[in-house]
Amino acid sequence: MKANCWTGRNTVEVLDVPEPSILNSRDAIVRITSTAICGSDLHLLDGYVPTMEKGDVMGHEFMGEVVEVGSGIDADKLRVGDRVVVPFPIACGACGACRAELYSCCENTNPNAGLSEKFFGHPTAGIYGYSHLTGGFAGGQAEYARVVLADVNALKIGSDLDDEQVLFLSDILPTGYMGAEMCDIQEGDVVAVWGAGPVGQFAMDSARVLGAEKVIAIDKETYRLDMATAEGYTAVDYEDVDVRSALLELTGGRGPDKCIDAVGMEATHGASHVQLYDRAKQAARSETDRPHALRQAILSCRSGGVVSVIGVYGGLIDKFPAGAWMNRSLTLRTGQCHVQKYMKPLLGLIEQGKIDPTRVITHRLPLSEAPTGYELFKNKADNCEKVVLRP
Amino acid sequence: MTADTRSTSRLRHDPLVRGLGWASALLGVPQVVDPAGFARALGVGDGSRQRLTTAAVGVRELAAAAGLLWRPRPAWLWGRVGGDLMDLAALARALRNHDGRGLGRTVAATAAVTVITATDVYAAVTRTRRSAPMELTATTTVAGRPDEVYDLWTDLERLPDFMAHLEDVRVTGPRTTHWRASAPFGRTVEWDAEVTRDVPGRLIAWRSADGADVDNSGEVRLAPAPGDRGTELQVTLRYDLPGGALGKTAARYFGEEPHQQLDDDLRRFKQIVETGEIVRSEGAPGGKRARGEFPQHPARPLTEGELKEALT
Repeated sequence: MKANCWTGRNTVEVLDVPEPSILNSRDAIVRITSTAICGSDLHLLDGYVPTMEKGDVMGHEFMGEVVEVGSGIDADKLRVGDRVVVPFPIACGACGACRAELYSCCENTNPNAGLSEKFFGHPTAGIYGYSHLTGGFAGGQAEYARVVLADVNALKIGSDLDDEQVLFLSDILPTGYMGAEMCDIQEGDVVAVWGAGPVGQFAMDSARVLGAEKVIAIDKETYRLDMATAEGYTAVDYEDVDVRSALLELTGGRGPDKCIDAVGMEATHGASHVQLYDRAKQAARSETDRPHALRQAILSCRSGGVVSVIGVYGGLIDKFPAGAWMNRSLTLRTGQCHVQKYMKPLLGLIEQGKIDPTRVITHRLPLSEAPTGYELFKNKADNCEKVVLRP
Repeated sequence: MTADTRSTSRLRHDPLVRGLGWASALLGVPQVVDPAGFARALGVGDGSRQRLTTAAVGVRELAAAAGLLWRPRPAWLWGRVGGDLMDLAALARALRNHDGRGLGRTVAATAAVTVITATDVYAAVTRTRRSAPMELTATTTVAGRPDEVYDLWTDLERLPDFMAHLEDVRVTGPRTTHWRASAPFGRTVEWDAEVTRDVPGRLIAWRSADGADVDNSGEVRLAPAPGDRGTELQVTLRYDLPGGALGKTAARYFGEEPHQQLDDDLRRFKQIVETGEIVRSEGAPGGKRARGEFPQHPARPLTEGELKEALT
């Protein structure tokens, strides 16, 4: 079958690889009908997430039709022919983390848990197509994929919603939603979102659904800010204005009540010297992540507010404003999304028409053109916001 | 590093060890009987301090002789090395403060002690069987009540399902089992074990019987986790690693870090208890045989050949 594989720093190629097989009795094989490129795939592409190996199949946002189920799966739970969306973190549903609905911290699904533990202190869940640090699972930018512990890791879609309406339940919609949910939004809250990429857009939509009074989008790409203003959000272009001043102006000097970092480890910065400093440290590997958005969010947030981090960080950061965080009683909340917790309620919101995930899709390409999709998305060329691939 | 008492009988017939024992006796007797004469013979003078030192050294030599001839253990050889170093230090001081009379004899004595020191070091190093007792502990929390987890663990024949190094465990009697495990450098070790303590739902402990390739013992303790979070399981393994510290280092170099292995063993046990089997990925398809070796198989589906190898 065809699969989009990582073949070295800054290169992905569509290669012929074997079709997946059942490795565990609770596996299922899915024929993929739609898959997408995620912003976090770009961190893999350019080698900022360690432990990628040449030939790894990329992709953790996918859906399709079940074509084979393992002997350990109860037919009530899943059967051949079911149409499913697959959450990116692999959960077991039985360990302490899963029972606490912290699915992305599942204690059982990462065969490389020992390695993960060395990086993160405790191991984290397996993730499809997302380096060997998260288990070395083949990804879903392919014609077929193996779904692990499929009876607890596949959401059946019974209704006639089309792929594009439900595909993003696999990652970016729940991730954006969790970013807003962690903000514990109260009536009258102003929520600022760093990053108007797809996850940022969904964080904004979710903040509105959860009752935010005003939502502010911070980015430098005009087309992404336009996408936000079209939804009624307020845009701040960090290349034109000083973000903190702009946010104070928009909030009567208080600062946003809640701040969401939907950027993560490869942030860019308006002030070129700061950008250069972090870029240099990152290149020398004495800092793995560039945390401008996080720093800015902490300094901008009103005292007692919440900073919610859904942008991906992989390692270490520098110049963390601990003083601001501590002295101003800020709450910092974060996590890889616990997708399984949010899929069903969000499917409900989609069915009710309260969230329209399709609004972020700008490019539809065949799987064979995945490398082009990566180029467009990485370079923000052709106003690229979200690429959907069809095998 | 500990000296091994089982080597006592071997050392009793070791010509070098016996030779050193007799040498100690031959030196010790005149030193104790006529310290002044012995000191004069060394050319270090026969003042009261020299006499006292010589007599003390004689007592030490006789003790070493007794030890090496009756109950030879490497510790006595190392004791001799220590004594030699003391002697060299004393002779060096004597040479520095020498009044010139009998200087040649003192130099000759120093040369002789140097040769003896070299011999003692050689004997001590080669006669010490290094074995390093190692204790490993690991702990995890698994879903389920202690009695349920106890039942799963005490199904000993299933231990090789998740313990990477165990090849086979066979129940041979009500309290006895036969174990076979792979050891570093492609070797296999076997032993019989017997259960030494067994408190259902709380504790099981075992110990290898005499004649094991590697003496070992272990125990598993179970306790309810607070907050209804299942069972806390603590495993302790003790064993004498062949090759001692050197073997330990070598094993580590070849990627067999024992602590990591035990942690991974417990992770797999937890996976079996909570999900029914060991989770396999395309990068680590081998289940318990996936020992975190890097680079791994790429995270792409397996060919038929790879599949066969991984699943058998």
